[in-house]
Amino acid sequence: MKLKTLTASILAAGLIAATSANAGDITVVSWGGAYTKSQVEAYHKPWVAETGNTIKSEDYNGGIAEIKAQVEAGNVSWDIVDVELSDAVRACDEGLLETIDHKALPDGADGTPATEDFLEGTLYECAVANIVWSTIFAYDKSKMKDGPKTMADFFDLEKFPGKRGLRKGAKVNLEFALMADGVPAKEVYDVLATPEGVDRAFKKLDTIKKDVVWWEAGAQPPQLLADGEVAITTAYNGRIFNAVAGEKKPFEIVWDGQIWDLDLWVIPKGSKNKDLAMDFLKFSTGTKPLAAQASWISYGPARKSSGPLVGKYATDESIDMGPQMPTNPANLTNAVQSNFEFWADNADQLKERFNAWLAKG
Amino acid sequence: MSDSTSPILTADGTPLKTKLAQTTRRLRFKALLLTLPLVVFIIITFVLPIGQMLYRSVHNPTGINVTPNFAEAIQEWDGQGLPDDKYVELFVKDLAIAKKNREIGKTVGNLATRINYEIPGSRSLFTSTARKAKNIKEGPYLDALIKINKKWENPAVWLSLQRASKEYTASFYLAALDRKYDEKGNVVRADELYQIYIPILMKTLWLSAVITLLCFLLAYPVSYLLSTLPMKTSNLLMILVLLPFWTSLLVRTTAWIAMLQTEGIVNDFLVFLGVIGDDGRIQMIYNMTGTIIAMVHILLPFMILPLYSVMKTIPPTYMRAAKSMGASTTYAFTKVYFPQTIPGIAAGTLLVFILAIGYYITPALVGGNDGLLISNLIADHIKSTLNWSLGAALGTILLVVVLVFYWVYNKLVGVDNLKFG
Repeated sequence: MKLKTLTASILAAGLIAATSANAGDITVVSWGGAYTKSQVEAYHKPWVAETGNTIKSEDYNGGIAEIKAQVEAGNVSWDIVDVELSDAVRACDEGLLETIDHKALPDGADGTPATEDFLEGTLYECAVANIVWSTIFAYDKSKMKDGPKTMADFFDLEKFPGKRGLRKGAKVNLEFALMADGVPAKEVYDVLATPEGVDRAFKKLDTIKKDVVWWEAGAQPPQLLADGEVAITTAYNGRIFNAVAGEKKPFEIVWDGQIWDLDLWVIPKGSKNKDLAMDFLKFSTGTKPLAAQASWISYGPARKSSGPLVGKYATDESIDMGPQMPTNPANLTNAVQSNFEFWADNADQLKERFNAWLAKG
Repeated sequence: MSDSTSPILTADGTPLKTKLAQTTRRLRFKALLLTLPLVVFIIITFVLPIGQMLYRSVHNPTGINVTPNFAEAIQEWDGQGLPDDKYVELFVKDLAIAKKNREIGKTVGNLATRINYEIPGSRSLFTSTARKAKNIKEGPYLDALIKINKKWENPAVWLSLQRASKEYTASFYLAALDRKYDEKGNVVRADELYQIYIPILMKTLWLSAVITLLCFLLAYPVSYLLSTLPMKTSNLLMILVLLPFWTSLLVRTTAWIAMLQTEGIVNDFLVFLGVIGDDGRIQMIYNMTGTIIAMVHILLPFMILPLYSVMKTIPPTYMRAAKSMGASTTYAFTKVYFPQTIPGIAAGTLLVFILAIGYYITPALVGGNDGLLISNLIADHIKSTLNWSLGAALGTILLVVVLVFYWVYNKLVGVDNLKFG
């Protein structure tokens, strides 16, 4: 896995060196691995073929620190970046991003204006969503015959013994803990907004604390599962799907209590290729590229008109992509949309409490 | 024939003395020029960033940048109860202007972030109020704000705004020391559940001390062996010490993961031997144990090398002389050999301890829950929460702690006594 990434980045670096002399050249930054690959196939290649421009693809691990550093230094080398919603809103509030005119976005393939074609809550002052992704939990079927079904099962060490993998941080975990403790999905953020709710979530996390392996990068959880380091782990649904479909791993996704979120394109303020970046943004969030991306990874397109076009997995025609999406109705029965406003308000404080909680061993 | 009193001249007629002074000055200048790249390099890469860090930890003029008129006026406020409407009017007007501003550092979002550090949950209070600020045309302004959001009734918000409206602030040092302002503006300890920086700093110091001690215990016999063996064998052994030293830190850390993880080599071997059952695999990594093991291994050469170079200079005849005069081996060692190695021990422990205090990558990779050190928290504030001022305050505190240790060390051992190799 590591070696593969390394070779890929060396090859990519070679490509970059070879093409950087070209004039129409933008730097697209995303999350790497299977996710970036899906974007390269669905967005980059068609756009390059159509316009004759070239793309430098860079990987990062999320957050707005790099964007902030570049914009403040007045030396912006990233032209368009794939970010999480709470980061997009915060970066926009702090004046780090170019604003985007929603009316300039292309109509859907069926002629619906963009402002109506995009799902509700996917267009922002400085950001346009491309996909819906989700944090779910998964386990290894070959090692656990009668596996967990609900969020409560994830926290049940007696019924399902073994280590648990969780993303290191307060976000998502507190929501999961409350749901496991019996809070209905709809009320999660109401409960979490109270100090008692936060205490309750941490108390629930206490019950499995000793058995948790914390992960940080999206590529880690499938690896932890494959190595047997954990019995059950939370993960980004696309990464588990990829391990199952691409690498034939016997993993099973549990959709109960999934927390879905958006990834969005933003353009850092002062991008030297702003117009080209804008052109790429419009192109890639068109009906077809969004649908095409969904054939490479199981993340749902942000446009309604892309939905019907989502078909089979690109490298294995036997896999239907529809049921794999976080937005598939069957997967949404007990789901929560990550509340970016709650996290914008409380992330700093809860992170401190989480770190203090973690450090107590 | 030259006059005996006239100065000696060189070929071109200038007096020799002047010429000599000229030449030496030129040489000295040239020598200085040679060090110039290093001086410039140190200033640019070390002095300036550290100076900037110190500055950033206290300098945070967000309030002045975002709401300039209000910031100036509010300083007169006595901080009792809620502010007069004349201040609030300025605030509302400044907020309406700031809403349109997209310049970095001067947006409402910047102020919202700043206040949110002190009063969690007030971020959306600012961003949502700013959207409506331009609709407030007349007073009473405070009532209008409270109508938009009840939180404006909280005096703590206004006190926090007053503090944020100053050019310099101590808030970040307070936060870094697990202190905060209460509702009335007094400095109090943070709620126990939120105290993190002091406990982690203490843990960092304690872990560094443990790691230094372990390094010393492991390195002393090895160095002794290296210094006493014949050159041919000791060179070979030296390579074994140096080879890991030359290997990338990242590679060594990941190697430890492969060794120690529950499905790793060590556990597999123990299970194979039957020492532990398959269910009883030992958790040796992603916790404090993992951090200690990996860091001791990585820092070991920094202890071995100074020790070795000092031991190499101690003639074996000293020990023989002591023994010939009737000293037991232990006595000769403690009275003759050991004291002579102190400069090496001093250098090694200082190096290892200071390196360990600031260690970042290894604890980040293998530290898991409880093996994190203070530098991981600093990196977190620089990289992900973007609270650079708090990161800078923590960094400064760490720097001061290291300097204090260095000072104490100097008192105890004397820096002149250090011998690094």
